[in-house]
Amino acid sequence: MPSKGKIEVDIVRCKGCELCILACPQDVLALSDTFSASGYYPAYMKNPENCTGCALCAIACPDVAITVWKEERKGDLING
Amino acid sequence: MKIVFEKTNGLTEVPMRYCPGCGHGVAHRLVAEVMEELGVTKRTVAVVPVGCSVFMDEYVNCDGIQGAHGRGPAIATGIKRSKPETVVISYQGDGDLASIGMAETIHSASRSENITIIFINNAIYGMTGGQMAPTTILGMRTTTSPAGRRAEINGFPIPMCELLSSLEGASYLARAALDKPAHIIRAKKYIKKAFETQIKGKGFSMVELLSPCPTDWGMTPKDAVERIRQEMIPRYPLGVFRDWEAEEKAKKEEKAAV
Ligand SMILES: Cc1ncc(C[n+]2csc(CCOP(=O)(O)OP(=O)(O)O)c2C)c(N)n1
Ligand code: SF4
Ligand code: SF4
Ligand code: SF4
Repeated sequence: MPSKGKIEVDIVRCKGCELCILACPQDVLALSDTFSASGYYPAYMKNPENCTGCALCAIACPDVAITVWKEERKGDLING
Repeated sequence: MKIVFEKTNGLTEVPMRYCPGCGHGVAHRLVAEVMEELGVTKRTVAVVPVGCSVFMDEYVNCDGIQGAHGRGPAIATGIKRSKPETVVISYQGDGDLASIGMAETIHSASRSENITIIFINNAIYGMTGGQMAPTTILGMRTTTSPAGRRAEINGFPIPMCELLSSLEGASYLARAALDKPAHIIRAKKYIKKAFETQIKGKGFSMVELLSPCPTDWGMTPKDAVERIRQEMIPRYPLGVFRDWEAEEKAKKEEKAAV
């Protein structure tokens, strides 16, 4: 069983570049259709149940807008 | 659930003002995480360049000084020599490092100055609107090579890691790409090794990062990272070009063998 995870996008930092969507192997993310106060369409969890907490989206994000949580298991690395 | 990724304390709370998908943000994060992991944030000075990353010192939690165009390695030399306990990085774009600042780059490497250069190769002058840089690849369209760069007219692109690798003083040289997570993780390892090179007093280190500039490439961020994969990596192969540690080890083994 893959582990469970979740992410949160800081919509002040997010610029809707979609690189997190490209990086996510689980098709969790999409861009919102309402724009943020910063003037961008921010990323959000479209399929939250698929998230494994792998953090690849956060590693790809140029604006450091993503925080990732993961079910606790032994040997997990923080920030790659 | 526990947090497995969050913004490092090496970065400030100021949101970065780069274009969507710009590689400078990833590079800043990696530098900031390495400073935190090595516990050197408070004694690091970043010499920031003329170029899009001119406000880098607002985004990272170390000290900063803004240099004249291309002179980062000279300023870093002065800081490091007068205050050897500081960790000094010179953060530079390709226009800055390989064009106007080429002399400073080469001579600081040849002197094996104990500084670390973080070199952002986005193949273009970003801040001024996308002019051709020394690193622009053949065929690439820029505002000053609208039909694509041609060797007959514009010369060939300059591979900086390969160029510097012939210098005795270049202690650590590596090139990574910021196009996908696997490469970004590798880039961080190189940056950490470059910092360690300086902390151990081993001399000049530089990490080159192939970095997307979606705005001046006239591309979406997704197409820009694809261009790095398709066009830049074949011209600028990734890897370690010089490594003092491996070279010291090889020398020892050679001695032991005779
Ligand atoms: C002495 C001097 N010459 C020229 C300029 C104009 N100028 C500003 S930024 C820049 C090039 C920036 O390109 P690069 O170093 O590749 O950094 P990027 O913006 O792509 O990150 C130039 C030529 C200047 N500010 N000072
Ligand atoms: S990679 Fe970051 S900035 Fe880009 S859309 Fe995703 S969360 Fe937003
Ligand atoms: S943590 Fe992994 S699975 Fe979850 S959204 Fe990010 S990339 Fe997708
Ligand atoms: S012009 Fe290019 S290098 Fe400058 S902030 Fe925009 S994407 Fe980044």
